[in-house]
Amino acid sequence: MSHLEPFLPAIRLILFLVGTVAFVGLNAAYLVWVERKGAGRFQRRPGPTEVGPQGLLQPLADGLKLMSKQLIVPPGADATLFRLAPAMVIAPALMCLATIPYSESFFAPRDLNIGLIMVFAFGSINVMAIMLGGWASRNKYAIISAARVVSQNVAYEIPMLLVVITLLMVTGTMNLNDIVRQQGPYIWDWNLFRVWQNPLMPVTFVIFFICMLAETNRAPFDMAEAESELVAGAFTEYAGMGFGVFFMGEYANIVVGCSLATVLFLGGWQSPIGLFPGIWWFFIKMYALIFTVVWIRWTFPRTQFYGLLNLSWKILIPVSLATLVLTSVVMKLPLLF
Amino acid sequence: MIAPKDSPAGASSNETFTLNLGPQHPATHGVLRVKLTMDGEYITRAEPVPGYIHRMHEKMGENRTWAQYLPNTSRVDYLSAMTYTHAYVGAVERALKLEVPLRAEFIRVITSELNRISSHLVGWGAFVMDLGGFTPILYAFDDREKILDLLEAVTGSRLTYCYYRFGGVANDVDAAFLEGCKAFVTHMRPRLKFYRDLVTDNVILRNRLEGIGPVSADMCRRYGACGPVLRGSGVAYDVRRAEPYSIYDQFDFEIPHYPQGDSMARYNVRMDEIEQSLRIIEQAVAKIPEGPVMGKVPRVLKLPAGDTCYATEAARGRLLVRITSDGKDTPYRVRLRTPCFCNLSLFEEASQGMLLADALAFMGSLDLVIPDIDR
Amino acid sequence: MKAVREVLSGTKSLLVGMRLTLREFFKPTITVQYPHQTLPMPERFRGHIELKADPETGRPACTACKLCERACPSDCILVDGAKREGEKKKSVTEYHLDFTKCSLCGACIEACPSDAIQFSKRYNLASPTNDYRNMDLVQRFQDRAEKK
Repeated sequence: MSHLEPFLPAIRLILFLVGTVAFVGLNAAYLVWVERKGAGRFQRRPGPTEVGPQGLLQPLADGLKLMSKQLIVPPGADATLFRLAPAMVIAPALMCLATIPYSESFFAPRDLNIGLIMVFAFGSINVMAIMLGGWASRNKYAIISAARVVSQNVAYEIPMLLVVITLLMVTGTMNLNDIVRQQGPYIWDWNLFRVWQNPLMPVTFVIFFICMLAETNRAPFDMAEAESELVAGAFTEYAGMGFGVFFMGEYANIVVGCSLATVLFLGGWQSPIGLFPGIWWFFIKMYALIFTVVWIRWTFPRTQFYGLLNLSWKILIPVSLATLVLTSVVMKLPLLF
Repeated sequence: MIAPKDSPAGASSNETFTLNLGPQHPATHGVLRVKLTMDGEYITRAEPVPGYIHRMHEKMGENRTWAQYLPNTSRVDYLSAMTYTHAYVGAVERALKLEVPLRAEFIRVITSELNRISSHLVGWGAFVMDLGGFTPILYAFDDREKILDLLEAVTGSRLTYCYYRFGGVANDVDAAFLEGCKAFVTHMRPRLKFYRDLVTDNVILRNRLEGIGPVSADMCRRYGACGPVLRGSGVAYDVRRAEPYSIYDQFDFEIPHYPQGDSMARYNVRMDEIEQSLRIIEQAVAKIPEGPVMGKVPRVLKLPAGDTCYATEAARGRLLVRITSDGKDTPYRVRLRTPCFCNLSLFEEASQGMLLADALAFMGSLDLVIPDIDR
Repeated sequence: MKAVREVLSGTKSLLVGMRLTLREFFKPTITVQYPHQTLPMPERFRGHIELKADPETGRPACTACKLCERACPSDCILVDGAKREGEKKKSVTEYHLDFTKCSLCGACIEACPSDAIQFSKRYNLASPTNDYRNMDLVQRFQDRAEKK
């Protein structure tokens, strides 16, 4: 083994890269299965059952179907941007996942002391990608829908960042590894319940979750892709795998969002009983959040566009500002006495 | 959200474009084309173009004998088929002065009310599905399966029952059916509460529906709108009370009406009507007498020359059937005054200045069945 | 203050809704996985019509009186018959049903004076050939009798 020593960092790097891409790919494919089975169960029906046992090969069948379609670039559309947009949706999700600490030792990324900011920096590329996709399609409805998505995402990035700033004040570091290490193994040690520094921490978590739903265009905030002017919205002109990649990108973003929520609020890979390595606890928490995302989608109707913006500007931003002020006051209070 | 009269777009308010809410659209529940003239996001003019499913039911009435027309009546509004057959059968019975046995009248009331509940469940589920909630329609269809199973055991069909005959009903019902009705009423009441908690009280739904598409009682009168649309604008008009037919005057039920006139009011009227129908079924099952289910009917039906009308309260409003006979064995004219045609005509005036998504919510609240518009 | 109360009541309604769907999640599925499972057909189920046997002779009870042909609203039925040796009434020789036009109204069954036709229970009627436009009910009767 000793002759492998100098290569260990390289091996680790390659494993990590391959692992991340495989993780994103598998998740994007099988989250479709989770969503369809979950939707089925919420609706008292079985979901896919024919293709493979319990419908487990259904994503393969869907992928094959999408790959067998011709990738048409509409005439007059900007071909470069048209083809670039789907890639720009997936790539930032991959980059974000590189910063998230899945476990304490082997799978941990390098200690990036700007980890949190990096996630948000890459996350905002997603917005641009959808706008590019809508614009490059040269389709009236796609542009209108893409413009709506941009205004929705911008409106919800603000409370998200305010919430993250509140959290930064509480944790004092942007390094995601340190944030996880600050939290203890038991539930009451999670950041979610760190109420002596931020009394409204659970509210902060809820706001973060809602903003994550809106950022990834999930129901009940999905009017951009669902109802938009009678056709499919920003992705109208995308056929076959182009559409498939957008879809995968949406699920990859959900994975990123839920992983971030787990790391920031739910204790990351910390486990109360050390039964399995930390990475499994991370996945349990992350998939519980993803189940909640699916649950919310199949329970509520869609909000109207102005209702969505009202929620952000009139409710979430004031509340998150108030939380921010309250946290700063509470944190500085001991200094007064 | 209604745009002010001067569109905020300003100079570009002269640039309107035409959008086809085409015959194929998931939200119009049938083949209805609406030509929308839009100013940006707001509708300036909505022109419904019906006729894509005109199947000439009224013309078919002239070519078929009185008894041969019975299957046609179910297919005009297939969700509320029993009440349509009831209107036609009632018109012929009124013309011939036929006696319908009391047991048959009770059976007609029970089956009509079950049909009304199943129609409202479909309308409700489809409405919430249009708004983006894909789950409640499946819960509604689960309840509807129970109704359809009950009616299938009695009539043999699930949607287009050809069950009523001149002078009574085709088959008798057995004790299992009456027990099934009682069990259904017991099952449905908690489900209504479940729907209220899950959907009606939901803040997202309320924000989508409250204040959308306000329709005043005066506007309803001008267009002849009826049914839940009229009752959602505050007018407590129900054919079962205003022009009592069959034995509805023997039952104790309320007419739900709400004064606001917006989509939420119409939604609430339909949910309350399900409860009232459950009450009627309970009373009818308790009071149903024994006896024959078919009265004396002449072998060959030749109605005396003249007009006869009969109105019933279908799930969507007031249905009037007017038959004109010239003494032969086929009608001279069968005129069906269907509720959805007049309900749809509200759309043009009410949708001015609305956002497109709000207009779709408004159309869903009208609960249109397109074959009912075109016949 | 009213706005705060509205936000709180709105949030409560959302949580109530989520709890209800979660309860539904754990209930069994309602779907009957046709074709692996089938439901029993009720007695009065309306499939296409079929000829009934006369209990004494074992042959179709139909006397080709053509009352069903006249009663049908959609002109689906074509009946023909001839008198057999030594019988008073005709016996059916041809009974053609155009099931593509039939609306399952039952007028034919009610019009029949000899109780010779009934609804069958057949609903699996998908076929690659067009054999429902001209169904030969006499042939089907004989096939059924042979199978028994």
